[in-house]
Amino acid sequence: MILFIEQLLNGLQYGAFLFLLASGLTLVFGIMGVINLTHGTFYMIGAYCGALTVALTGSFFMGLLAAMAGAGLYGLLVESAVVRWLYNRDHLYQVLATLGLILFTNEAVTLIVGRAPIFMNIPDFLSGSVTLFPGLAYPLMRLALIVVGLAVALFLWLLVNHTRFGMLVRAGADDRQMVDALGVNMRWLYMSVFGLGAVLCGLAGVMAAPLLAVEIAMGERILITTFVVIVIGGVGSIRGALVGAMLVGMVDSLGRAYVPQILTALLPYSVADTLAAGLVSASIYVLMAFVLLVRPYGLFPARS
Amino acid sequence: MELKGKAMRVGLLATALGTTMVAHAAAEALRIGFITTLSTPAGYIGEDIRDAFTLAIGEDGRLGNTPVVLEVEDDGLKPANAKQSADRLVQSGVKLFTGVNFSNVLAAVQPTVMKSGGFYVSVNPGPSVFAGAKCNPNYFVASYQNDAFHEAAGLAANKLGYEKVVILAPNYQAGRDALNGFKRTYEGEVVEEIYTKLNQTDFSVELARIRSAAPDAIYQFHPGGAGINFAKQYDNAGLKESVPMLVPAFSLDAQMVKATGDAAEGVYASALWTTEFDNDASRDFVKRFEEAYGRTPTMYAEQAYDTANLIAAALDAVDGDIEDADAFRAELAKADFKPIRDPFTFGPNQHPIQNYYLTRFEKNADGEIVQTVVERIAENHQDAYAKDCKMD
Repeated sequence: MILFIEQLLNGLQYGAFLFLLASGLTLVFGIMGVINLTHGTFYMIGAYCGALTVALTGSFFMGLLAAMAGAGLYGLLVESAVVRWLYNRDHLYQVLATLGLILFTNEAVTLIVGRAPIFMNIPDFLSGSVTLFPGLAYPLMRLALIVVGLAVALFLWLLVNHTRFGMLVRAGADDRQMVDALGVNMRWLYMSVFGLGAVLCGLAGVMAAPLLAVEIAMGERILITTFVVIVIGGVGSIRGALVGAMLVGMVDSLGRAYVPQILTALLPYSVADTLAAGLVSASIYVLMAFVLLVRPYGLFPARS
Repeated sequence: MELKGKAMRVGLLATALGTTMVAHAAAEALRIGFITTLSTPAGYIGEDIRDAFTLAIGEDGRLGNTPVVLEVEDDGLKPANAKQSADRLVQSGVKLFTGVNFSNVLAAVQPTVMKSGGFYVSVNPGPSVFAGAKCNPNYFVASYQNDAFHEAAGLAANKLGYEKVVILAPNYQAGRDALNGFKRTYEGEVVEEIYTKLNQTDFSVELARIRSAAPDAIYQFHPGGAGINFAKQYDNAGLKESVPMLVPAFSLDAQMVKATGDAAEGVYASALWTTEFDNDASRDFVKRFEEAYGRTPTMYAEQAYDTANLIAAALDAVDGDIEDADAFRAELAKADFKPIRDPFTFGPNQHPIQNYYLTRFEKNADGEIVQTVVERIAENHQDAYAKDCKMD
């Protein structure tokens, strides 16, 4: 039972992490109609800026600021230098350009920082574990990730539903041309959304960096999963991104935890072993296929 | 063998651009095809291999007494790229190859070189496919057979008195080979065998399973970034104190330890060589490498250095002429060189027979984490495939 609760927490934690990445991606994809593969790169930039700043200053909060600022600024640079010119082009152009940016950024970071992964310590106040109840101690760093994920979800909910900016974002998701025709500065809106997404990536990067290898191409590894999340949740919807991230986090974690045990109990070992390994790897894609069968536009599509 | 290009400066060797120009510029240097992985996150391994090999060549551009030119090609960890490079080099008359860092890349390069009648000497991977029935007289492995680290780790677990262990590896061929290699020599009970997803970054679920299984120790094989992630998260989950971790050396090399920090302290590893090796050749190599490149050499660097010296000794014995393939082959097989990893001999399948060690990551007097040699766990260890190899 305690193990099950721990695995639920692990799922929650993974979901919170995915949400930080997916929320920005879903806004950019849903509102601006841009397929942005560099999204994972912003996450890498955030992790690098955070780790380097912490190494330099010794302060986790400075690292946090540097990560969000670094990723945000790079996001704005990418938007104004490349993505802005491709809004009206076909998705293929956007994919090509942003894929090129991934390669460019990876090489640039290699030249500046080097190819070997860099180190980031867990800040003192987040190291160690807390005993949630007898028998269950959970690492503080992972709990912090859950808290940050939920705080960002709350912040985005307030932002999107209760501010003028959020109203424009929602309107933009519904009907881009009409919002533009009403005299709203779409260029400014797009830049803000793109920048916000990048800042959230930076936040995810610096929160993950103490537990992960900060290395080149770390963003590409998580990018596909992030796309799965927004496809499940429905493109353009923050609520969808949250539900999708939690679903993917839970299915992936609980799948890894229990599918092998359940299958070995039911089937002969040699069959169960390979089947379980395959199922675990494919679990989130099976989930996606199932969701798309029932709801072809995802769970909470912003536009129908 | 065409003999083109005179001894060139070491600095130029590294640039792929320079190589073709120089080849036409002068005469008489032996060209060595050096296909390795220099880009991608794993590129630091290729850099170490290339740099250590270059270090063995020295300032005068001679490997032993033979002037050589390294034709360095980056394969980008893509077997298809490597195959193209190998084809091109074979067509331009290169007869001696080395440098490949990954088993899957070697699987593409080795047959091309063998078909052309050239030689391949491996600096790192020793996949089982080429170690047994499909061994080849022109194919030498100067590093290790892939299973060896895992077999040595199984022996180490026996010696450390672990009675029940949990073993983990990514779900792909090398991961399954790793765990099978471990089980081949381990005598205790494997309470759980966990296959992780390839490229998995978060291991919280597996860590919870380990905690609930409460084993005496774990054995895990996760190379590259995944290995760093695993070590950091294992420490963060507080498991490192209660359940010792045993890994093969490439799950935690010198560069990776820099990224894991204190999380590596106390981890056991099976190894062929570490910077703390207690012999003059090793100390000399570490010193020269650090002076030349300003970083600690990894095990890959040491393997490349031994490989270079093996080739150098064979070249010296045939006066740099590898046209007479039989003579060169016989000299390579003798392995009559001064290895850092002493003793070093070849088995019938031309894979090394050598010692393996149990090592532990500990802080030295300067507070740096180094890989201390605990004890020798396998003496003159030979791989399990040698008996299937029939050279004709």
